[in-house]
Amino acid sequence: MDHDLVDPPLLSMPDAELLSRLRDGDEGAFEHIVTAWSPMMLRMARSFVSTQPSAEEVVQDTWLAVIRGLDAFEGRSLLRTWVLGILHNIARTRGAREARSVPWSSIAGDEESALDPSRFEAPGGPWARHWTDDGAPRPWQPSPDALVIASEIRRLLATALARLPEQQRTVVSMRDVSGLSSDEVCDALGITAANQRVLLHRGRTKLRAELEHYYHGHDSRGG
Amino acid sequence: MSLRASVSCQELVELASDYLDGTLPPRLSRAVDRHLATCADCPTYVDQLRETVRLLGALRISDVPTDLLDVLERAWTEARDGNR
Repeated sequence: MDHDLVDPPLLSMPDAELLSRLRDGDEGAFEHIVTAWSPMMLRMARSFVSTQPSAEEVVQDTWLAVIRGLDAFEGRSLLRTWVLGILHNIARTRGAREARSVPWSSIAGDEESALDPSRFEAPGGPWARHWTDDGAPRPWQPSPDALVIASEIRRLLATALARLPEQQRTVVSMRDVSGLSSDEVCDALGITAANQRVLLHRGRTKLRAELEHYYHGHDSRGG
Repeated sequence: MSLRASVSCQELVELASDYLDGTLPPRLSRAVDRHLATCADCPTYVDQLRETVRLLGALRISDVPTDLLDVLERAWTEARDGNR
């Protein structure tokens, strides 16, 4: 069993129908969104607070607030956006109380470039900043045993995702695993579009490098 | 970002994520297109980044703590019963 796989796809039910069912007291619909959204919400909360139990409390408090506020929700945003906004407020307040040391306002600015610079020709020559012969990417050849590879790749990617720096992990999870839009992620995390793009870029680049290492054995540090 | 008409391989790597998302300014996006049309290696890199994003989208399921579900189910029932 793949314990380390992440997130079901977010619901495709139209928002109006979902809201109607929830307001009718449809417990199945409520359980469905709790199950579907909570893994991503936990990951998001974890980026604001100090501990996993604290993140779980944030998610619980968020859902309790959703239950209390459901009848008053006017539907001017997506339900999911509203829920994530509540979570953001609760997580931020809890994080401030816990004096969490890395605020979202400061993304890592002292990181080296996303890919190992030695894979490119030095500036100044005729092939400046082009790939070197050794550094150029080689195609990933699929294995004859596709089923085994697919399962291994999923596990590798899930593990690599869990090992990303926290802010990169959160953004990549929300954008690429959970399929949220750039605007939703920025609103939910309270970050600028520019910050979001940088974190997404760095996270994706590292994950591509992990897959490259799996296929070809390149040094995965910086790809 | 400058208004130069061309990008190097190293610059393209830094732009690839935005390029895949369609968020580059048009002039820069066209410069990336031109580079990809003539570079032997960068299309491989971009394809691999695209494949990485695709695989991430296919990752599935992690468990929600059962006690969280229990607490919420009780709260839901109480709230809806209170509304009847």
